[in-house]
Amino acid sequence: MPTFTLKINNKSHTVEADMDTPLLWVLRDQIDLVGTKYGCGIGQCGACNIHVNGNVMRSCLLQVSQAEGMDITTIEGLSENGDHPVQKAWKEVDVPQCGYCQAGQIMTASAFLNNNPSPSELEIRNAMNGNICRCAAYNSIEEAVKVASKKIS
Amino acid sequence: MKPSKRITFNRRSFLKTSALASGGMLIGFNLFNACKPDAKMPVDLSQLNYNDFNAFIKISPEGKVTIFSPNPEIGQGVKTSMPMLIAEELEVAWDDVYVEQGKLDTKNYTRQVAGGSQSIRQGWEPLRQTGATARQMLINAAAARWGVDASECTAKVGVITNSKGETLGYGDVVLEASVLEVPEDVTLKDPKDFTIIGKGKGNVDIDKIITGKPLFGIDYKEEGMLYATVLRPPAFGQILVSYDDSGARSLPGVIDVITIGKKVRDYQESGKWNWSMKMSNSDKVVVIAKTTWDAMKGKSAIRATWKTETPLESSGNHDSILLDLLNGNEFNTMRKDGNVKEAFTSADKVMERVYESPFLPHNTLEPMNFFANVTPDKVHLVGPVQTPQAAAEVVSDLLGRDIEDIHVEMTRMGGGFGRRLYGDFVYEAAEISNAIQKPIKIVSSREDDMTTGVYRPSTKYKIAASIKDGKLTGYHLKEACVNGNMYGSIPNFFPAGAIENYQVDTANYKSNITTGAWRAPFTNFLASAEQSFFDELAEELGLDRVQLHMDLLDKVKKNPDPKIDYSPERLQGVLKLAVEKSNWGKTEAGVYQGLSVYYCHNTHVAEVADITMENGVPNVKKVTCAIDCGIVINPLGAMNQAKGGVIDGIGHALYSDFGFSNGIPQSNNFNTYQLIRMGQTPKVDVHFIESNIDPTGLGEPTLPPVGAAVANAIYKATGKRLTKQPYISNMNVSEKVLG
Ligand code: FES
Ligand code: FES
Repeated sequence: MPTFTLKINNKSHTVEADMDTPLLWVLRDQIDLVGTKYGCGIGQCGACNIHVNGNVMRSCLLQVSQAEGMDITTIEGLSENGDHPVQKAWKEVDVPQCGYCQAGQIMTASAFLNNNPSPSELEIRNAMNGNICRCAAYNSIEEAVKVASKKIS
Repeated sequence: MKPSKRITFNRRSFLKTSALASGGMLIGFNLFNACKPDAKMPVDLSQLNYNDFNAFIKISPEGKVTIFSPNPEIGQGVKTSMPMLIAEELEVAWDDVYVEQGKLDTKNYTRQVAGGSQSIRQGWEPLRQTGATARQMLINAAAARWGVDASECTAKVGVITNSKGETLGYGDVVLEASVLEVPEDVTLKDPKDFTIIGKGKGNVDIDKIITGKPLFGIDYKEEGMLYATVLRPPAFGQILVSYDDSGARSLPGVIDVITIGKKVRDYQESGKWNWSMKMSNSDKVVVIAKTTWDAMKGKSAIRATWKTETPLESSGNHDSILLDLLNGNEFNTMRKDGNVKEAFTSADKVMERVYESPFLPHNTLEPMNFFANVTPDKVHLVGPVQTPQAAAEVVSDLLGRDIEDIHVEMTRMGGGFGRRLYGDFVYEAAEISNAIQKPIKIVSSREDDMTTGVYRPSTKYKIAASIKDGKLTGYHLKEACVNGNMYGSIPNFFPAGAIENYQVDTANYKSNITTGAWRAPFTNFLASAEQSFFDELAEELGLDRVQLHMDLLDKVKKNPDPKIDYSPERLQGVLKLAVEKSNWGKTEAGVYQGLSVYYCHNTHVAEVADITMENGVPNVKKVTCAIDCGIVINPLGAMNQAKGGVIDGIGHALYSDFGFSNGIPQSNNFNTYQLIRMGQTPKVDVHFIESNIDPTGLGEPTLPPVGAAVANAIYKATGKRLTKQPYISNMNVSEKVLG
């Protein structure tokens, strides 16, 4: 099997994997970064969202071979102490129900607010529409994005 | 109902204490049964034994409190609200309380089912009593040290004070307290003195969730663990004939390919039965690999041949079978008051409608998965399951092992909604690990999860009402459902007791498709049907919708019926509150409102949906939700659950569809099965009735009424009555809704 060198959360990791292995499974099974979640495997739910060079991406659709040389951030690397403004807002609003989708929601929201620190409600709804929350914590997610936006801007 | 100020309880036989070798006091307690006389209290935290105790409380010499509880968390916030009850009565600061999910090594754990919104309802009093007993023991220890009477001492925020103003912290007296006799009578706090209950407390796992720490079953790992995927029959009714695994075996990450199924078949053929086992008895092909991806790839490389053993069913057949049942004469009568037949014959008018709903998968966002390690000395099972006791019992039978050998550990669950009441994935994991004697974790893909589910069964209702002299004289509800029927006290819900001639009949059809509980079983669609019907009925009677309900409930108040399972006063209460808070009937142009009021899971709820129409497509803008669930223990958690239930209910009533063609599920992932997304969600405005009555469930009850609230609003906007879910598919509009 080929080996790949990946830069994840500012650390270099060398892994052995099939070319077509989704980065999601490399993160979860080989690098022990299980915060990134599997929900659908086909780019529909956003549970697996990570940042690649600062942009939000579905790690279930990104093959490990394409991830080499990129700057990858997972939920574990979003902040040192869980104190990114988005994480703080999530805690303040007490967003999670089961919590399974939340890492993906936070990764989407943080990349989005980075580009658009003071979004309108409609912009928030559009930005977050790709992330499914089966527990339907949508009101709280929306509210937390607004709270985070106030912290950032 | 006034709270009594000095309620005393005897918890003595429910609780034991010990001094921990590492320092501190340990309290072991049971919620509903006395402790076994020979139950031994451990002196070491590694020895916590949930066979003898439901949960433990540790009070450290620093005065910190840790609660070890095996109660599962499925997004209902139980893991937060249960410790709140203990902490309230124990009188400690919430910040000093920690919760650890205990391991469950059990054959006798009383309440491990996190379903039916019952956890809080049943645990409410015993948990408070346990906290109060521990508080009294600490006070008694301090009083003994001071040589004063315990009645002269009070405890607040972990500090005991005597009449001279001297103080001792809990940590200072834990050693003495741990050897004291457990007091017989303790006093519970007056609800008006609550400092924790009724104050919003965040999810206890919040820090782990927002930083991505391992928490869920799918995150669980052990040294040497392998990953397994299971290839099950593609259609309900099929079984495995043969397979070619050469493609899978040639993949570098694949370690082995085996078959399982015999253990389950033997179990079933021996006449054994357990309600938690809803699974195909076919052989299944299992790919064992180094990583999840290797196992998934291996599974796709298997070439299997299946044969049809029982008829392959399609949704079209189900529809006609259920309609035939509704039109037939074979029913079980669940409740009968007066004589509906006569009422119908002598009526001026009879109104009759049929309501239809599809099968639904649960689609917990964390797909089914489980870890198993079967070794000669024990069977270690870890993962997200709502019913560990049933799982332990069945695995013990399947593998022919002593129940004492079976150790079930529960992880946090990425959603439940009823799916994790059934242990099929636990049984598969156990059979696989038993066959290869290695630790494995099975992981379902979304496709596996959605196509081999335990579905909400397709259900149809026929409701008929008779009207004479402008009055409602009879009501006949008929249910036709796949595999099961409404049970328990559902036939005694509203409008039972409000209409003289009233009858509930059920019929069902046995299918080979596995079905089971789905968030708010039966009421999840029954409420949509009945509350749509009442909307139409009010119109037919020329009555205001709210007035019709108020009048019917007044009738129940005047002629109390001991069999009914709801409170007419409390239903009127939520109805009034929803009407007031929603500005019912006073909306701006272009906004249409629909109302629904329902009782289930011991909780009374009224909801008003405000919708607008955009290009013929309904857009739910706001839902006002009034709830009477007794005392609200954790308003923050309660608010989250209530809102989630409403939005989940809208999603499934409007958008989600699921069916079968020749036994094959017609959707297998979120590109064809639609779940509600943020862009489609309303603002949910929740109001709780202030109450001192014991708390009831909140995991389910806000979901059932909302479907009808939306349908009734759509009627106002379009003049069209919707009777078939998902409503959007039956409105002749197309909306691009998939991500
Ligand atoms: S798992 Fe990647 S989008 Fe769902
Ligand atoms: S919190 Fe459960 S899926 Fe979002």
